[in-house]
Amino acid sequence: MSDPVSAIAVSNLVKNYAGVTAVSNISFNVAQGEILGFLGPNGAGKSTTMRILTGFLPATSGQVEICGHSVATESAAVKRLIGYMPENNPLPEDMRVSEYLYYRGRLKEMTRKQLGPRIDELLELCDLKRVRHRIIGKLSKGFRQRIGIAEAILAEPPVIIMDEPTIGLDPHQILIVRDLISRLRGRMTVIISSHILPEIEMTCDRVLIINQGRVVAAGEPAALKRELLGRARYEVDIVAESADVAGLIATIDPSLEITSETMPDAEGFRTIELSTDEDSDFSETLLRHFAADDRCRLRGLSRASPTLEDVFLAATKRSWDVVDRAGAKSEIVNPKS
Amino acid sequence: MRHFLTILGHEVRMLLVSPSTYIAAVTFLAFMGFIFAGILAEFSSTPQQNSPAVAFFELFWVPVIFIVPLLTMKSISEERRLGTLETLLTTPISTGEVVLGKYGAAYLLYLSLWASTAGLFYILHRFTQDSFLLDLGPLIGGYLFIAVSGLLFVALGIFASSLSRNQAVAGIFGVVMLFGLIIGTQLLAGLATLNLESFATLKSSVEYAQVFQHLDDFSRGIVDTRQLLFYVSGASLTLILSVLGLEAKLLHS
Repeated sequence: MSDPVSAIAVSNLVKNYAGVTAVSNISFNVAQGEILGFLGPNGAGKSTTMRILTGFLPATSGQVEICGHSVATESAAVKRLIGYMPENNPLPEDMRVSEYLYYRGRLKEMTRKQLGPRIDELLELCDLKRVRHRIIGKLSKGFRQRIGIAEAILAEPPVIIMDEPTIGLDPHQILIVRDLISRLRGRMTVIISSHILPEIEMTCDRVLIINQGRVVAAGEPAALKRELLGRARYEVDIVAESADVAGLIATIDPSLEITSETMPDAEGFRTIELSTDEDSDFSETLLRHFAADDRCRLRGLSRASPTLEDVFLAATKRSWDVVDRAGAKSEIVNPKS
Repeated sequence: MRHFLTILGHEVRMLLVSPSTYIAAVTFLAFMGFIFAGILAEFSSTPQQNSPAVAFFELFWVPVIFIVPLLTMKSISEERRLGTLETLLTTPISTGEVVLGKYGAAYLLYLSLWASTAGLFYILHRFTQDSFLLDLGPLIGGYLFIAVSGLLFVALGIFASSLSRNQAVAGIFGVVMLFGLIIGTQLLAGLATLNLESFATLKSSVEYAQVFQHLDDFSRGIVDTRQLLFYVSGASLTLILSVLGLEAKLLHS
C-alpha cells in the first residue's frame, strides 16, 4: 500500500480523545530525504499527529508506516528509526549536558565507542561546547532547545520528527538551526512543525497545512502559493494610456493582462496591476520595454510576491469556512431530528 | 536487559547526586539510632528475654512506612510531570524496562540504607563483647526479612508513583498502601468477626499475609518458602500493575 521509497506513509489517520476528534482522516506521504513542514493553527492536531508517528500515542484508526514498518505492530523497530523532539522539549533538570546526551545515546543503543566522538561532533554542530558541563536545569531556553535538537539527531536515525524546534530561539540561533536542518537534507527525512512561517518556507521542501484535524493544503511552497493565491502580480507606477500598456504587454507575453488600475495622481501617475499565469519573472523585461517606449513614463515597478503567511491564512480561512458551514447546517438539522 | 542496566545505572547515579537521598539517609539513620539507643537503655534497666536485634527489627515498620514512599514517590511521577517520559518511551525501550530500572535503583538504595544500620550492631559488639546482646541468629534473620519484604514494599511505592503525576499524591498513596499492608492486616487479624465459620478462607489469607508473623519467623531462623513466595509474587504483581498503570495513562492521555 505504501510505495517503497516513502519514509513516512500515513493513510486515513484518525485520533479521538474522549469524544473530541483531534485528527480526522489525514493521509500523506513523505519521501526519503525530504524535509516536510507541518503548519497549522494552535489545536489543529499537529502535535497529536507527530506523537502518533513516533508510536507514543496509539491512533484510533488508520495506518502509519515508517520506512515500511507499521507503527502499531512493529513499534520497537519504528522507535529505532526515529529521532523525536517533543513539544516544549522536556529535559531532566538535574543532569549535565554531555551526561544527558551520553545517557540518551546509550538508550538508543549506540556503543560507548561511537558515542564519544558523536557527542563532541554534536556539541560543536549545535554550538553547545561552552555549556557541556553545565546543569541543564540552569540553562536558558535557547540552549535547552538546541540540546533537544542535538538529542533528536544523536543516533543519526533515518527519520527525524521535531515539534516546534525553533520556538524561543533568537535570530542568530534560528540561523544555526536552519543550517543544521538543511544539512540533514537528502540524508534524513525530517518533519518539523512551526509557527514561524518564513522559517518553514526557507528550510522545507514541502509544506502540509492542517486545520481542525484535516489536511487543508499540501505541496511545495511555490505551488501552494499559485494554487491558493493565483497568479504572480506586478504593480507598475506609470503615466500612459491603458490601451498603450495593453498593447505593450501583449507583445511581451500573451498571458500578461491588466487586472486593475487606479486614478492618476497630481503628477499623472497611475498604479496599474498586471497579472500572469507564468512562473518566470517578467520584471526586467517589463522594465526594459516600458523604459524604451516613448508613450509612457515609468516611475516604479514591483513584483508582489505572496509569502507563506498569505498561503497559511488563505488555507486555514478556507477550511474554517468549510467547518463553519458544516456546523451551521447541523445546527439547523438537529432540532428537527 | 541492556536497557534495564542503562536505566538502572542512570537511576542509581541520579539518586547518588541528589541531595534528597542524603537527607533521607541521614534522617533514617538518626531515627534508627534513637530507636537503638532506646532499646539499649531498656536492656540496661531491666533484664529482657529477647536479644536487642529482635526488639530492633520489631520496629521496622516505622521507618518503612515513611522512607519507602520518600525514595520512590519521585521516580515515575517526576518523569511524567516534566514530560521526559515521552522522550524516554520514544527510544527503543519498553515500559517494563523503565519500571524495572527505577524499581531496581530504589530497592538498592533501600537495601543500602538498612545495611548502614549494621553499624549500630558493630558499635554494640565493639563496646560490650556480650554474646547475648549480639545474637547472630535474629540479626541475620532480621536483615534477611528486611531484604525479602523490601521487594514488595518498594514495588508498592513504585506503583503509587506510577498512578499520579503529583509527587505528594504518590507519596501519600504509598504511605497508605504500606500502612494497610503492614498494620492493616494486623488489625484485621485481631477482629473477632473473622472467627465465624463463613470467614474461614478470609481468616486464613489474612494470617498468611501478616507481615509481623513473617518477621517473627525470620527472626527465629525459619525461612518459609510460602512467605518468600508471598513477597516475590506480590512484588511481581505490583510491578506488572505499575506497567499497566503507566500504559493505561498513555492510552488515555
